[in-house]
Amino acid sequence: MGINVTLFGQMITFLVFILFTMKFVWPPIKQAMSEREKRIADGLASAERSQHELELAKERAAEHIREAKAQAAEIIEKANRQGTALVDEAREEARTVAERERAAAEARIEQEIGQAKAQLRREVSDLAILGASRILEREVDAKAHQQMLDQLTEQV
Amino acid sequence: MASSATEYVTHHLEHLTVGEGFWTLHVDTLVVSWILGLIFIGLFYAVARRASVEAPSGIQTVIEACVEFIDNQVSESFHGPKDFVAPLALTIFIWVLFWNLMDLIPVDLFPELLKLVGIDYVRILPSADMNATFGLSLTVLALIIIYSIKGKGVKGFGKELFTHPFGAHPVLWPANFMLNIVELIAKPVSLGMRLFGNLYAAEIIFILIALLPIWAQWVPGVAWAIFHIMVIPLQAFIFMVLTVVYLSLAYEEH
Repeated sequence: MGINVTLFGQMITFLVFILFTMKFVWPPIKQAMSEREKRIADGLASAERSQHELELAKERAAEHIREAKAQAAEIIEKANRQGTALVDEAREEARTVAERERAAAEARIEQEIGQAKAQLRREVSDLAILGASRILEREVDAKAHQQMLDQLTEQV
Repeated sequence: MASSATEYVTHHLEHLTVGEGFWTLHVDTLVVSWILGLIFIGLFYAVARRASVEAPSGIQTVIEACVEFIDNQVSESFHGPKDFVAPLALTIFIWVLFWNLMDLIPVDLFPELLKLVGIDYVRILPSADMNATFGLSLTVLALIIIYSIKGKGVKGFGKELFTHPFGAHPVLWPANFMLNIVELIAKPVSLGMRLFGNLYAAEIIFILIALLPIWAQWVPGVAWAIFHIMVIPLQAFIFMVLTVVYLSLAYEEH
């Protein structure tokens, strides 16, 4: 019992231990801990940032889809309009073509009627000549009467 | 029986010594506290050197829990730079805790073992040696004075010694100074005596229990050990916290 020089031995030991702890033990452990804390905080922050970015991206995607839909609708409408125009045009053209053909057909018919009339006249004149020759019992000089016959034909 | 019991107890309270008078060294106290301190430092240093940020091992988490605990305690009461105070608190807490744990080793184990190699006296509980506890608390006193000067300057510290708590009038200087010196001395004395008293008393109780017949020892032995498990970290904690509080009082302006 009692205080003796052991006291000073203990004090020196104590000081050595404190200094060792201060130099080699405390800082690395503290540093590892704060580093880990920082990393966890960073991780959480970046997760939050990603979440935010994801939301933004979603918003942008929705925006894109909306735009695309609007565009598609516009295109369809334009196509419809164009289609209608096309059909109208085709109809118009068909009508013109039909009109033209009808006119052509009418002209042809007219022409044919004319031809038929001419033929008929000719035949009638021939018949008339034939009839007349039968009546006159002799051959009539066709050349000599050609002018008269032509006049007759013209009258038929 | 009475004389042999007295002999038994006094034998267990005898230190392994070298030297005479004031120059006596308690070899057992020194060696045991060195071994325990080296265990503390070796363990913490091994972990600190390989401290991993991503994947702390089991032992690292335990050490980190200690460090965190001490760091919180220090942050709560000490508001100056913690580069020195926090490691100091850690050293005190773990070292004193290890000292106190020696109280749970059966009182006869080491004396009987060392008797085999011819060593007659040994006490393995450093906290029951006033030299050890006062070794800590007087170092703390020195630190209190150093931190007072660091925090307030020589002039500020001197002024506080002479003008607190009664006032700055020169007539009051002696009274102030006396009171402050008593207060200053009371701090390490109470620190050292508290730790010593608790652990010394506990050791004596264990020695007394060891006097009982062998079949009757376990009941009081277990009861006292369980109670004592509370005292062991508590005393280490009190020593650490009070040290930090004293240093913070010394460092800060009143």
